[in-house]
Amino acid sequence: MTKPLGFEKPLGMRDILPDSLVKQRHLERALRKCIEPWGYEEISTPSLEYYDTVGVASAIVTDRMFRLLDKQGHTVVLRPDMTTPIARVVSSLYKDVPLPIRLFYQANVFRAQEKEAGRNAEFFQTGIELIGDASEDADAEAIALAVFCLRAAGVATFRIAIGHVDFVEGLLEEEIADEEVKSQFRTFLYERDFVGYRQLLSSLELPGESKHRLESLLRLRGGKGKIDEARELTVNGKARRAVDTVASLWDALEAYGVTDDLLLDFNLISNLNYYTGVVFEGYAADLGSPLLGGGRYDHLAAQFGRPAPATGFAIKMDRLLLVTPEMDGPPPARVLLCYTAQRRREALAEAQLLREDGLVVVTRLIEQESDVTDSDKAVYAKIICMTQKEE
Amino acid sequence: MSLDRSQKLTIAMPKGRIFEEAVHFLQQAGLQVTAELQDSRKLVIPVENAQLEFILAKPTDVPTYVEYGVADVGVVGKDVLLEEERDVYELLDLQIGYCRMMVAGMPDWKPTEAPRVATKYPKIASRYFREQGQQVEVIKLNGSVELAPMIGLADRIVDIVSTGRTLKENGLIELEHICEITTRLIANRASYRMKSGAVDDIAQKFMEVIPRSIR
Repeated sequence: MTKPLGFEKPLGMRDILPDSLVKQRHLERALRKCIEPWGYEEISTPSLEYYDTVGVASAIVTDRMFRLLDKQGHTVVLRPDMTTPIARVVSSLYKDVPLPIRLFYQANVFRAQEKEAGRNAEFFQTGIELIGDASEDADAEAIALAVFCLRAAGVATFRIAIGHVDFVEGLLEEEIADEEVKSQFRTFLYERDFVGYRQLLSSLELPGESKHRLESLLRLRGGKGKIDEARELTVNGKARRAVDTVASLWDALEAYGVTDDLLLDFNLISNLNYYTGVVFEGYAADLGSPLLGGGRYDHLAAQFGRPAPATGFAIKMDRLLLVTPEMDGPPPARVLLCYTAQRRREALAEAQLLREDGLVVVTRLIEQESDVTDSDKAVYAKIICMTQKEE
Repeated sequence: MSLDRSQKLTIAMPKGRIFEEAVHFLQQAGLQVTAELQDSRKLVIPVENAQLEFILAKPTDVPTYVEYGVADVGVVGKDVLLEEERDVYELLDLQIGYCRMMVAGMPDWKPTEAPRVATKYPKIASRYFREQGQQVEVIKLNGSVELAPMIGLADRIVDIVSTGRTLKENGLIELEHICEITTRLIANRASYRMKSGAVDDIAQKFMEVIPRSIR
């Protein structure tokens, strides 16, 4: 490893300069304004957590965590997500607070990157967690709120794809006996390799009807009509229950009036072994990667000693910045107020008056008026010089 | 909000081994392929009135363009997909550009104490030998891999072989078969959802060209 040069930052770390940060903060305010009226309260948790608690329980693989040693020799991690620390709080400091609990956050999380350019290792998220409500209406609330958030942020065209992990699981259970083969199918879906999935399918000795069902899974993406198609593919049990859940979820989402921005996708597998029910991912036009992700994770809180069903989502702020319009209206005009030492008192008082009037005022001690440069004239909308003693 | 707005599709095409065959495939699928695509030095080629645009890319870059979403879909060999490990949808096997990923070496090859393998595909080679329980040193080359065993740079190579002529002409033989390679249609994660109509449409057109028996 070569010695870093002065301008270099660790892989995936970024500076956010004022122009971008202004927009990010503006978006954060817009999202906060959207989320708070739904009864979510903001929470902040530490940047460092123990590996053995939050690190182990997190959905993010260990490989992608920044791990360090604290002074006592414990392995600590830079928080890889906010959901896990919130589950810890709900089970400890909040253990006597009755469920359901609604919390939101606007925070940075850390995930180590291996590949080259374009992936942040530290990024900001705005997200919500709804803990202690297992109903479809809780899933619907999370998805509807996600839609309202993207609208509030001004994303012109977006879609949220919805799936259910038990549909894939149940279908595989119905059709495939061999655990090994099941896990191969799961891996192909997780890696989005439909070719491998089909090749595995055609290599198996299965009744034509079973093959048809497993093949059809790859096409279960679309509007409300896909619910009936999905139901036809299931015999009973888990997959059927998943379809029924999605059907009543869709009804709830229709009640929210948000289904125009939604898409059903029964082969959506977000994260193996973490999500336990409805899952969803948000996309925007002209953005190559998902803008938000979320879903039901009913087993996480139990790992901290307070079993509770839960759902939530997180929006990636860096990606949101790429698909939202520039803020309207120019930034407030900046005024430069220069003064000589003799007029300091008077000048600083004047500056404060102007600030109270809503102007941005920068003050500077000068010797004479000619100290004001041409570059100052380019930067400031107005320059006031208070140099001569007033008669 | 209309879901079918902005359904213009950008297709990344690999300028290389499988290019001719891939262009022929597009024509069979009924896509409007202009002469420009075949003999132009332009890298971006719009197709008038067809809501289509082609990007001509180095084959190894096709999955990168698609992962980042600058192209919605791409046509690329499975060899590149296995090596690049990009996060994209692999939608269809087009059953063209057929070849095999092989381990090859001199006819008198014998296991060596410190085996060295030269290849354009370091990830595929490392993964394969690891699965075989062998520890090998992998040397990345960018072309003319067959040279390596002849001049003693490595004792074996991992490469794609279609007719086997190049190997033969250089006095090498195929030692082990790693996997079959064909050309695939891939799609960006977001385009797969945001432009589902256009993506499904092109997949359907391609599907009709592929013989039913081997879909």
